[in-house]
Amino acid sequence: MKKRKFSPGMCVVYLILIFWALTTIYPILWVILNSFKDKKKIIANSFALPIGDLFSMDNYKTAFDRLNIFTAYKNSIIVSCCVALVVILLAGMASYALVRYNLKTKKLLNTLVVAAMMFPVFATIIPVFRMEFSWGIVNTDKVSLSLISLILPQIAGNLAFAMVVLTGYIRSLPIELEESAYLEGCNPMQIFFKIVVPLTKPSFATVGIFSFLWSYNDLFSQTFFLRFKDQWAITRLLMEISSREGTDYGLMAAVVTLIIVPLLVVYVCLQKYIIKGMTAGAVKG
Amino acid sequence: MNNTSNIYKNKKPAIFFLLPAFLFLILYLYYPFIQNIFNSFMKIKGLATPAKGFNDPVYKNYTRLFTDPNMRIALKNTLIMIIVTIVGQVGIAIIIALLVDNIKRGAKFFRIVYFFPIVISATALGLLFNLIFLYDKGMINQLLEFLGMTNLTDWKDEAHAIMTMMIPVTWQYVGFYFIILLTGLNNISDELYESASIDGATRFQRVRFISIPLLHNVICTCCVLAVTGALKVFDLPWMMFPNGMPYGKTWLTGTYMYYYAFVASDADYSSTIAIVIVVLGIILSKVVNVIFKEKDY
Repeated sequence: MKKRKFSPGMCVVYLILIFWALTTIYPILWVILNSFKDKKKIIANSFALPIGDLFSMDNYKTAFDRLNIFTAYKNSIIVSCCVALVVILLAGMASYALVRYNLKTKKLLNTLVVAAMMFPVFATIIPVFRMEFSWGIVNTDKVSLSLISLILPQIAGNLAFAMVVLTGYIRSLPIELEESAYLEGCNPMQIFFKIVVPLTKPSFATVGIFSFLWSYNDLFSQTFFLRFKDQWAITRLLMEISSREGTDYGLMAAVVTLIIVPLLVVYVCLQKYIIKGMTAGAVKG
Repeated sequence: MNNTSNIYKNKKPAIFFLLPAFLFLILYLYYPFIQNIFNSFMKIKGLATPAKGFNDPVYKNYTRLFTDPNMRIALKNTLIMIIVTIVGQVGIAIIIALLVDNIKRGAKFFRIVYFFPIVISATALGLLFNLIFLYDKGMINQLLEFLGMTNLTDWKDEAHAIMTMMIPVTWQYVGFYFIILLTGLNNISDELYESASIDGATRFQRVRFISIPLLHNVICTCCVLAVTGALKVFDLPWMMFPNGMPYGKTWLTGTYMYYYAFVASDADYSSTIAIVIVVLGIILSKVVNVIFKEKDY
């Protein structure tokens, strides 16, 4: 192909791409910049940079004084980490067995997994809530029980996707390593933890990150299972702020910034795994 | 490979590996799913209150669906949402994926940046867009004022509400389909393009006669995902337009189901709406598949 560096066609292509990039970057930048302005000055001019007179940390002060942001962060991280870890472990074990064992029920089990991916959370949440209520783990004022009541359904919700991604990956692993480990006297348990798990790490990372993000961002389940203030996770707290403090734009901007900046930093660091997992899961499912 | 057997001939350990995951699936997905169907025929008010026997008549909730004007609005909005997501999300994603596939510099940058909105929680985006669409000096209205407009639009009034709700939802997931399509494009071998350009095909012809036909299946997958995704939308609309505000004009099936479970304390009707969501999802993804099957290149 000829190299034409400044052909007009290419300019148009870049213009369109840059335009779309602006729509994904600028709103985020706008809210970050405005979070550093006094709430009265946002209204005067939201496009100016927060320098000189405009700069103020008041919004952040209010946010930390008035809201339990740290408790919410802690709850979110406990829930999402548990979900991610358990999903990795259980989905890894099940995928390994589904790929390697020649079971008669293999087809049925695979169908069960793929069908489970189709269930919208709307269709299961009320019975799950009622079931957990009868066990006494929701609607209690115990923080740990409430967090568990949220963790369990979120694990189930992420398992199917994780298993689709992981079976695809484990199938591509060479079986020779497992055979030689077997000859050395390892049992399937040891083979799984010592051979398969280390080899599957990149895929585990993808699955783990996704489960984490989905759990962290899932407002719907959080509103069902986290009923009281000290149990709220980040997303649930956000919803409360918008209904209670919806007119304090400076505070809203600060809180949005506090929520999205950590996520964006983590994303940019781990984007390799995220993008890979996205395609693996979506195209096969 | 038949000699895989030695290690895996003894099938007992398989149960140990499979049991925990499938217990979860059955207890938290399959069992509640079936229970939900039963619940739609029962009399259940609050989320945590016991059922008071069957409805009278048993199918009461289903006839109620047909007479409920808000349900009609929710269905209409959801169908609009589905069309907008297919045309908007998948359409824009196809265009930018084809463009990114044709550039040499900056492709990685665009890939990272286009994915931003998906990583951020829809709840935070809802707040963000509340600020952007604010009547009183939101980003859009300030921009319009700056450009010399004098009478500002209230983006959340009855006339604009649906549009204001659809734009962020559409915008958020473009990057998702973009990544899927881009991977599909990367899987097309370079030799095809090279031999086509030796034969004198222009860039546009290569896209039209190689890229798009070979992407056919991936585009179909994207459309199915867009349909099921549109049915699941909840966070963003609820943050921007809670309780179907204004005047119940912005109900979606998801938010309407939530409203009956939580705000109106009518769990059995809520279960019925959930079943509508499932049935719609199954029918519409079948429809998408049929449409795409017929169109063979």
